[in-house]
Amino acid sequence: MTAIAVSPPRDSPSLPTQARWAVTDTLTIARRNLLVWARVPAYIVFTVVQPVIFVLMFRYVFGGAIHVPVKGGYVNFLLPGIIAQTAAFASFGTAIALAQELQKGVIDRLRSMPMARSAVLAGRLVADTGRMTVTILVVVGVGYAVGFRFENGALPAIAMIVLAIVFGISICLIAAFTGLAIGDEESVQAFGLIWLFPLTFLSSAFVPIYTMPGWLQAFANNQPVTFVVNTMRALALGGPIEPNLWKSLAWLAGIFIVFAPLAVRAYKRAA
Amino acid sequence: MSQNGTGSQAGPRSQAGSGPAILVEHLTKSFGEVHALRGIDLSVPRGTVLGVLGPNGAGKTTAVRILTTLLRPDGGRAVVEGHDVVREASAVRRSIGLSGQSAAIQIELTGRENLEIIGRLYHLSRRDSRARAVELLEQFDLTDAADRPAKGFSGGMQRRLDLAASLVGRPQVLFLDEPTTGLDPRSRLGMWDIIRSLVAGGTTLLLTTQYLDEADELANEIVVIDRGLVIAAGTSAELKGRVGGDVLEFTVPDRSRLADAVRTVAKLSDGEPHVEDGTGVVSVGVGGSGSEALVQAVRALDEAGVETSGLGLRRPSLDDVFLALTGHAAEEEDLGGKRRRGRHKATETVERASL
Repeated sequence: MTAIAVSPPRDSPSLPTQARWAVTDTLTIARRNLLVWARVPAYIVFTVVQPVIFVLMFRYVFGGAIHVPVKGGYVNFLLPGIIAQTAAFASFGTAIALAQELQKGVIDRLRSMPMARSAVLAGRLVADTGRMTVTILVVVGVGYAVGFRFENGALPAIAMIVLAIVFGISICLIAAFTGLAIGDEESVQAFGLIWLFPLTFLSSAFVPIYTMPGWLQAFANNQPVTFVVNTMRALALGGPIEPNLWKSLAWLAGIFIVFAPLAVRAYKRAA
Repeated sequence: MSQNGTGSQAGPRSQAGSGPAILVEHLTKSFGEVHALRGIDLSVPRGTVLGVLGPNGAGKTTAVRILTTLLRPDGGRAVVEGHDVVREASAVRRSIGLSGQSAAIQIELTGRENLEIIGRLYHLSRRDSRARAVELLEQFDLTDAADRPAKGFSGGMQRRLDLAASLVGRPQVLFLDEPTTGLDPRSRLGMWDIIRSLVAGGTTLLLTTQYLDEADELANEIVVIDRGLVIAAGTSAELKGRVGGDVLEFTVPDRSRLADAVRTVAKLSDGEPHVEDGTGVVSVGVGGSGSEALVQAVRALDEAGVETSGLGLRRPSLDDVFLALTGHAAEEEDLGGKRRRGRHKATETVERASL
């Protein structure tokens, strides 16, 4: 029998039911977002092809001119940096998609429905994490094809990828806030470029910081992307991890503590 | 709307006794300096259609956003199906459907996928979501296009899909915010048919529109909102009664004689003639005198030697009502009170016409 009983229940659902809905609604939204992503070739090109081009360009165009004191040469130095940047750039998708949904009224519709309030943001982050993971694995694969090797064993290699993903999620949170707060697709995209490009390039991701002028070193040595990239590099290639790891975790925790509530507030107030 | 499709259980639909489906008391909302709602009152009995009529920026959308729990009011009270929209927002959300001004669908996904996902978010089982989607695609004449991405749909189809999405949860109260804005005339008529069939199925409907004929066509009761206040309420017939009977209308092909024509018909009526800017259509309320006024007008215009075309009597439209109530036309106002006046008092236009 196909009874479609939608008559709303008289009372509020119990707490366990609400908790279950929070999970299933998040997964439904995540599945929807991944489906959209898979349908639009341009999204796939942007998220996968762009980092691959970066790998090839830096490896073969700039790589010859950049000398680094690292086992395996520049390609080993480069890959953790590119992976961190790839993770950070996944946030463009987060911000743009939320701004679009806001503009089109999709968020209004979802907020007027009896679904879990947390699911739109959580589902977005889950989908973007999945998307980011795929891209990172593609970059690692391309890296291997052009000479990159993990030099420090399998577990640290996995830890490096996990750190990159957590870093990416933290940037996605910032992007979720800006996407909902700005609410206009083009502005959101431009804004993302303005802060993400400098932040990832003015770091240890692509070149050793000691090659930069002194005033720039002061910034590059003390910003989160550098701490995260240095930690990732140590995990991938060996070497001391500790100071950079603690500083990375402190920054990531700080970003979560500040931007998770901001993003949630922007969602609740989205107009 | 097929309440009994595919063995579905409609069940008793009212859950909060016999009060109105929507009750609004002295609702206020401001955005900084802009007072979007300045204390409105509404009451919508179950199973009826309320048309909320007003120009852009009148406060229609703000009212809908408060009633659908998207926005908190500054003051006053709003109750939907017996639940307060602030304190019992989640109960309200279980009773309502919302279709906004733009098609809030995922255009990359197919019509079927859109509806199934909404079904899942209403916590229907996978199978029930699928069945409900089939049912709605059928009802909204989208079955043939069901498995194509909505991107390729026409504007009318996208709006139908959007409306279908708002019905997945079988709402008792449906909010349609300007459902036909931007649609071509044919899609608009199609949308009207769909809305009529929903109402026939017992759904309570609050519909905002800036099209006067739309409210006239669909609503049992109409409230006219201007600058955050209800300035008139009643049935379409009652509102038209405010204009006082029939309207005499004609055009003057020779624009240089417009002033003479206006002067001539002004003598026949207590009301002041209006001249529409672009078209030069002259209209004047002639009260209950109807056909007598028509004969007099023909005679007087003939004596004055003014040629007219399309001279006739018509029942007043809500446009006339809006003009009578506010002194300005309905579709000409921007948010923030800046006003581009589409119609002027006939005397002003006449002065310009005779220059």
